[in-house]
Amino acid sequence: MDVIVDLFSNFWVALLGKILLVALMIPLVGMVIGFAEMKLSAKMQNRVGPYFAGGRWGWAQLIADGVKFFQKEDLIPADADRPVFKTAPIWVLVGTVALFVVIPFGPDLIFRDLSVGIFYALAISSISTIGVLMAGWSSANKYSLMGGLRAAGQLIAYELPLVLAVVGSVILAGTMSMTGIVEAQIEAGYPYIVVQFVGFGIFMVAALAELTRIPFDMPIAESELVMGYLTEYSGFRFLFFFLAEFANMFTLSAIAVTLFLGGYWLPGLSETQLAYLGPIILIAKVFVLVFAMIWFRWTFPRFREDQLQTLAWKWLIPLALANILVTATLKVVL
Amino acid sequence: MAIDQDTLRHMSEASVSVELETQDMTLNIGPQHPSTHGVLRLVATVDGERVFGVRPVIGYMHRGYEKLSEVRTYPQITALINRIDWVSGYANEVPFIVAAERLMELEVPERAQFIRLILTEMARISSHMVFMASYPLELGAATPLFFALRERERLLDLLEGVTGGRFHPNFNRIGGVKPNAGAGPTQKKTPQDLPAGFFEETREAMERIRHAADQLEDLIAGNEIIRARTKGIGVIPPEVAVAYGLSGPNLRASGVGFDLRKTENYLPYHLFDFDIPTGENGDCYDRWWVRLQEIRQSCRIIEQAIDGVPEGPLQAKVPKVIKVPAGEVYVRAENPKGEMGYYLVSDGGQGPYRLKIRSASFSNISVLPWALENVLVPDIIAIMGSLDFVLGDVDR
Repeated sequence: MDVIVDLFSNFWVALLGKILLVALMIPLVGMVIGFAEMKLSAKMQNRVGPYFAGGRWGWAQLIADGVKFFQKEDLIPADADRPVFKTAPIWVLVGTVALFVVIPFGPDLIFRDLSVGIFYALAISSISTIGVLMAGWSSANKYSLMGGLRAAGQLIAYELPLVLAVVGSVILAGTMSMTGIVEAQIEAGYPYIVVQFVGFGIFMVAALAELTRIPFDMPIAESELVMGYLTEYSGFRFLFFFLAEFANMFTLSAIAVTLFLGGYWLPGLSETQLAYLGPIILIAKVFVLVFAMIWFRWTFPRFREDQLQTLAWKWLIPLALANILVTATLKVVL
Repeated sequence: MAIDQDTLRHMSEASVSVELETQDMTLNIGPQHPSTHGVLRLVATVDGERVFGVRPVIGYMHRGYEKLSEVRTYPQITALINRIDWVSGYANEVPFIVAAERLMELEVPERAQFIRLILTEMARISSHMVFMASYPLELGAATPLFFALRERERLLDLLEGVTGGRFHPNFNRIGGVKPNAGAGPTQKKTPQDLPAGFFEETREAMERIRHAADQLEDLIAGNEIIRARTKGIGVIPPEVAVAYGLSGPNLRASGVGFDLRKTENYLPYHLFDFDIPTGENGDCYDRWWVRLQEIRQSCRIIEQAIDGVPEGPLQAKVPKVIKVPAGEVYVRAENPKGEMGYYLVSDGGQGPYRLKIRSASFSNISVLPWALENVLVPDIIAIMGSLDFVLGDVDR
C-alpha cells in the first residue's frame, strides 16, 4: 500500500495516472449517456431500442457501435484540406477532456483545483467549437461549410450568456475555484439554484446551444444540411465527434451542478460521508440534467438560425445582465 | 497623446463605405437528400443563410406510366397507377376506373361505390398521417413520426383486411370491386366482400384516429417552436395558388374552399355531411392545420358511410373481355394530395389509346420557385415539406 502511495506522490506518475483516468472517463461516460439516450428515446417513441447486443437490454450496443466505427474506412474527401480535416476531431475531443480537469467529484477528488476554475472551464469549452469550424471548413462540402459557420455564429451568440449566467454564482461565492464554490454553498446551507434560478435557466439553455443539441442543433440539422459539419466524416473520426458530444453533455451538466446544485454536496451528510459518497451524488445530479437534455431533444423541433440569435441577444443576454445587477446589488446591500 | 479637434471630427464622421464583396453560392439540394421526399433536386442560389431563388429539377423518377398504359389492358392498368402516389395507392385507382366505366356507361352497384368511398377516405387519412409524421421530422422533431405512423399502421391493417394489400391494393374492377377470395361468382346477391367485423373495427379505428389527431394537435400546434417555424412562413396567397394550379389541401390552406368531392360525382359524396376546412393565411402552419382537420372530416365521412352501406351485388355485369367503346372522357377526383385526373381516350380496344395523367403533386410543386424566393435555408425545407408531395406523383 505504502509503495503505491509513494509511487503516486511522484509528480509524473500521478500526472500519468490522472491523464489515463480522464482518457478512460470519456468513452465510459459517452457510452453510458449514449445508451441512456437510445433507451430513453425509444421509451418516448413507443419503441424497444437496442435489444439484442450483449444479451440483456442490448447493453453492449454502444460497444458494438464503437467496434463498428473502428472497422470503417477512414474516408477523406479528395478536395479536403487534409491536415485540418484530420485534426478537427482531436480539437473537439481535447476541449472535452480538458473540462474534466476542474470538476470536483468530492471534497478532495478533483484533478486540479485551479483558483480560476470556472473561468478556465468556460474558456476551454470553446475549443470544441474551433474543431467544429475546422471540420466544416476543411471538408470541401457546402453543407459542411454552412454547418461550421452556423456553429461559429452559435458560439459567439451563446458563449456570452453562458459566461454571464455563471457570474451570479461567482459573486455569491466570492471565488472562481470550483471547490470553493461548492464549499461556499455548503457554508450557506443551500444550493445556489435557490437564489440563482435565472442564472441556472440561462446556463442550461446556453449549454444546450453549446452542445448543438435539439432545439439548437442547426449546425447538424439533419433535415436541412444532411449532417452539417459531420457530413464527410466516417469511421473513428466520426466517433470522436460522437463521443465528444456525449462527454460534453456530462461535463457541462457537471459544471451546472457544481455552480447551482451544490456539486457533490447533499444536506445532512458529514464530512467523511461526503468524501466517499461525493462522486455518486455528483453523478446522480448530473444524470438528472442529462435526462432533461435527452428529454428536450426528443420533444422539441429545431429553431431557425435567426430565431436562435434573437433568443440569445434579445432575451438571454439582457436577462443575464439583469440577474448580475440584482445579485451584485443584493450582495452589497445584505 | 493629444488629438486635435479636426482629426476627432473626421474620425466621428467616418463611416464604412466599403461594401463587403460576397459571391453567391449554388447549393445543390438533392436528388439524394434527407428531406426531398425521394429524388427531387433543388438548385438553390444562396448567400450564407439567405436563399435568392430555387430551381427545381424533376424527372429523376420518371417511369413512363402514360406510355406504359397504352400497351396494357384496362384491368392491368390499375396495378400500375397504384404506384403513382404510393402513400395513397387506393385513391389513385378510383378515378381511372370511373373513367373507363363512364365510357362503357356501366351502372356501378351502390355497395361497391360505398366500399370504394370508405377505402378512399382511409387512404386519405393514411396519406395525411404520413404528412403528420414527416413534417415535424423536417422541422427537427423526431417523436411525432412514431405517433402518427402507429395510427396509420392500424388503418393500413384495415385496408389490408379488405383488399389484401397495404400500399398497392389493386382492388377495383371495372364495374365494381373485387370480391373476397373464394367468395364465389361476383354477381351473387350477397357476396362475402368485407371481412367479418370490419364495421366494428373501423368504428373503433376512427375513435383512435380522432384521439391521435387531438394528440398530434397538442404535440405540434401547442409547440412554440413549431409555430415560430411555420406561422407566416411560405405564404401563398389565394390568387397565386390558383394561378399555379395548386389543388387539394394546399389550395384550401390558402383560403380557397374548392373540393372536388363536393363538385364532382365520381363517388357518392353528396350523401354525406362533411365540411371543407380552409386556412386563413396560406402559410405552412395552415397547410398543416388543414390536413389535420381533413383527417377529422374523413373520420366523419367513414362513420356515416359504414352506417349506410347497402346490401347488394359487388359488380355490374361486364363481359369477360373488357373493351371500352371509342370516345374520350376526363374524370378528376379529390385525392389526398389534390386533384387527380385521368384523360382517357379509347379507340374501342382492350387498352386505352392514350391516357393523360394529371397528378396533384406535379402542379403543387410548380409553385416552389415562386414560394422559395428570398427565404432562409431552413425555410426551404419547411415550405417544401408543407406542400406534401410524393415524387412518384410528380414524375409518374
